[in-house]
Amino acid sequence: MSIDPILELRSVSAAHGSIEVLHNVDIQVGKGEVVALLGPNGAGKTTTIKVACGLMRPTSGSLHVAGQDVTGVPANALARVGVCTIPEGRGIFPNLSVRDNIIMAARDRAGIAVIEDRSYARFPILKERRDQLAGTLSGGQQQMLSLARGLATDPVVLMLDEMSMGLAPLVVAELYEQVTAIAESGVSVLVVEQFARTVLGVADSAVVLSHGHVRFVGPAGDLDDETLSRAYLGS
Amino acid sequence: MQQFIAYTIIGLTIGAIYALASSGLVLTYVTSGVFNIAHGAIGMISAFVYWQIRFDWGVSAPLALLIVLGVFCPLLGMFIERFVLRDLGAANEVTRLTVTVALMAGLIGAAAWIWPPDARSAFRGFFEGNVITVLGVNIGMNKIIALVSAVIVAVLLRYLLFNTRLGVQMRAVVDDRDLAELNGARPNQISSASWAMGSVLAGYAGILLAAEVQLNIIPLTLLVINAYAAAILGRLKSLLYTFVGAMVLGLLEAYLLWTSGSSWFPKSFFGFNTGGLRQAAPTIFLFICLLALPQAKLRAGMVRVAQRSREPKWSTSVLGSVVLIVGVIALTALLTRANTIFLAQCLLFALAVLSLVPLTGYSGLVSLAPLTFAGLGAVFMAKLPGNGSVLTLVAAVAIVALIGAVVALPALRLEGIYLALATGAFALLVSTLIFNQQKVFPNGSLDVPRLRFFGVDFQQPREKVIMLSVVFAAVSLMLVAIRRSGLGRQMVAMKDSPLAGAMLGMNLLKVKTVAFALSAAIASLAGALDAGKVPPDRYSLDSSLPILLLAIVGGISSIGGAFFGGVMLGTNTVMATAIPSLANIAKVTPGFIGMTLGRNVNGVSAQIGDGFRPMVEHRPSVIVAIVGPVVFWTLTTVDIVSNWQFFGLLFMWALGTIGLLPAILGGTSEMRRVLVPLTIAGLIAGFVSTTVDLPTGGRMLCLIVAATVVVQAARRKMEPNAPAAPVHSPDFAGLTTPFSARELQEVDDAIGVVP
Repeated sequence: MSIDPILELRSVSAAHGSIEVLHNVDIQVGKGEVVALLGPNGAGKTTTIKVACGLMRPTSGSLHVAGQDVTGVPANALARVGVCTIPEGRGIFPNLSVRDNIIMAARDRAGIAVIEDRSYARFPILKERRDQLAGTLSGGQQQMLSLARGLATDPVVLMLDEMSMGLAPLVVAELYEQVTAIAESGVSVLVVEQFARTVLGVADSAVVLSHGHVRFVGPAGDLDDETLSRAYLGS
Repeated sequence: MQQFIAYTIIGLTIGAIYALASSGLVLTYVTSGVFNIAHGAIGMISAFVYWQIRFDWGVSAPLALLIVLGVFCPLLGMFIERFVLRDLGAANEVTRLTVTVALMAGLIGAAAWIWPPDARSAFRGFFEGNVITVLGVNIGMNKIIALVSAVIVAVLLRYLLFNTRLGVQMRAVVDDRDLAELNGARPNQISSASWAMGSVLAGYAGILLAAEVQLNIIPLTLLVINAYAAAILGRLKSLLYTFVGAMVLGLLEAYLLWTSGSSWFPKSFFGFNTGGLRQAAPTIFLFICLLALPQAKLRAGMVRVAQRSREPKWSTSVLGSVVLIVGVIALTALLTRANTIFLAQCLLFALAVLSLVPLTGYSGLVSLAPLTFAGLGAVFMAKLPGNGSVLTLVAAVAIVALIGAVVALPALRLEGIYLALATGAFALLVSTLIFNQQKVFPNGSLDVPRLRFFGVDFQQPREKVIMLSVVFAAVSLMLVAIRRSGLGRQMVAMKDSPLAGAMLGMNLLKVKTVAFALSAAIASLAGALDAGKVPPDRYSLDSSLPILLLAIVGGISSIGGAFFGGVMLGTNTVMATAIPSLANIAKVTPGFIGMTLGRNVNGVSAQIGDGFRPMVEHRPSVIVAIVGPVVFWTLTTVDIVSNWQFFGLLFMWALGTIGLLPAILGGTSEMRRVLVPLTIAGLIAGFVSTTVDLPTGGRMLCLIVAATVVVQAARRKMEPNAPAAPVHSPDFAGLTTPFSARELQEVDDAIGVVP
């Protein structure tokens, strides 16, 4: 018996105003699988994430979570059932304290303590900084904060958009260790990266986008340099 | 000593009311990122509603209070959030600010309409007549209630914002709406809740304040503006400092009241009455608070293409100027004397609106004081020697430009709402300290002399109108030249990204000062050329607001927009005078027009311009478009067509025909078959509806209906296959709650993952 993937985009097209930027994109993320979404600048990666998390409505096609058609369901409702998204550019509230940022992930009053404990356990530095404004943390700490907060909610799907942007390689390695650990605990992960090398080591499979079309789908190991450079350089 | 205690207690209660009002302001700012200029107006309207229920209908006080604060205020707040502010996402700070200014103007107009001054009876506070004696001083219950509730509200708000999840979510939504949504918050409901709460606080402060100062629209609205000073002291963030600021302000006002009554206090200063000083105290406090703010940080611009600022072309600008002047000359040949005076009024408004183009449109600096500079222009035109000679005009304009630059200097450190508030405070200060002086406006009116120019004294309205159209055209062309020069590019660059500008070696201070001086000079022209007896309230802050509103509605970054805004404002005033039954509607229109900005951030003229762009680029259409009015005008001068019919034809030509010309002249024959009869039918409708014997309002209504029908029918014909809006899918029945542990286990089992 086959089971639906946890997250699935079925021939999704999406447009900014009248300009279509995604054309019939199919992506499937299975249970506990890490899928890397790769592609050059302007390929439509962030748009894909926006559709997948519910912030953008596809112009055609559908979005499925655990087999349910959730096209058009608002992002906050998806977030509450376990679709966790860490958007491009850190994904923190800069004018809120670290603790307030973490509280944002709690679904009710009782949940606050649990969420805090889990986040601090994952990244102890956050506990030291909890009363500091999140905007004053270093880039790596900000990314830790958003990752910790996202994971504390026990997500079913985790989507990471350009997590490594502007961070030191050492910090990136530390963050991706966490991602691998999360996937091993059964969470499905969709990682967007512009730089393929950073993510192919941890990904099970890869999807390569360019100009809004899917150019490659398959196991991460099958993705050779030629396919990649063709997608990036358009030759 | 007894007196000192008494005045201290008065000060604390005034401070308590300010604290209530300003904490509501801080709440809406912190939780929605919008500085609500209309906060005072919400308090004002709530006080009126309370009066209506409590004193006019005789409902008991607790029930009336419950209805106002429990039902009316929350609904008003949610309504404002939903229908006025929610669509403003793509707009910049200027537009957002303007929308709340519009709200203020709309609410003031609505209150003046619903509750005319003669229909109001006394407003009594809670437990009026009951007093409590503290340290030998009698204090009314209303004051005690104010003081106690201010403390309770301050504590509760602090708890809400920093110790509850709702509070954290409210602050998070301001930081990043999308991200808050990705964290499971419902941004729309949260904004709605914070606006409801802010309105309740404004309403409560308004009711308490009305018990002290009675039901007067402008004082109630502006007194709460004083509370802005307190909020600014708290940097619009800290509730504690806001509370302290409110108390200091209250005490300051009470002690000034005390000392200004003493014999040693000077009654006049260089012939200026110092009585205004006490009234102006909160405004001065606000001004000082604003100036004490740290220098605004240079920010990198946000890439927002929703609002455009197109560089004007010489060809269109010159053509527009010529059309304006020729049009005015041709039109005045037909108009009656009274209508010519109205047209002059329109052009003066347009000139005042035009003063905001370099300042707000190009440079992105908001000013709430355009008419203050116009007023100063009028004052100098009247007071300087020369009795209206050209030299007097030049001197008046130069002095006001200088004042503009000097006043702007300290304010230039500020940005956005802080700058807008500083200009608002300046407008209030000039009104209370200068315009309201016997010495400046003797017996409440100033006699501005007519301009004399090489023997022409512009006594006839027609001469005056033509002169004004020439002045407007000349100033417009000067602005076009500035916009296309290096200075103009620097202004626009400063609006887009002050940081990048500074990095390129721009002197921001210089650009800002020049923009202010230029704007003050243009505004002073509008004042100085408005000859005749003028009252000081023509140049007050609340008259300046509609100017800013219609400038932004018309499309602030273009001259066409300024003209459009001025004409709209003029028409509105004319309508109120000519058709008394519409006077009340005229009071609220500028406000309500401004509130629609959420749907159309570029202004009306840009939208109309977009509609007409295909026409401008199609030469045969341009020729036909110009020939039409010339034919109508000729028919009118030889008395084949009456003035009203001329107006009707022109109206339909402008709205229902010109836009369709490219499709008619250059489109397919199939399209022509539909559009030609349609435009002809429209013109006949315009002709007929102005021929039948109807009152003015009825004729206008017929014209508007006819134009709407033609435009809608044409639009349907030209876009037959408009894409249908996507339908919301309700297929979410199964996912209303998070996955339970058991469900996750089932999924795990099904795919064979070992947990």
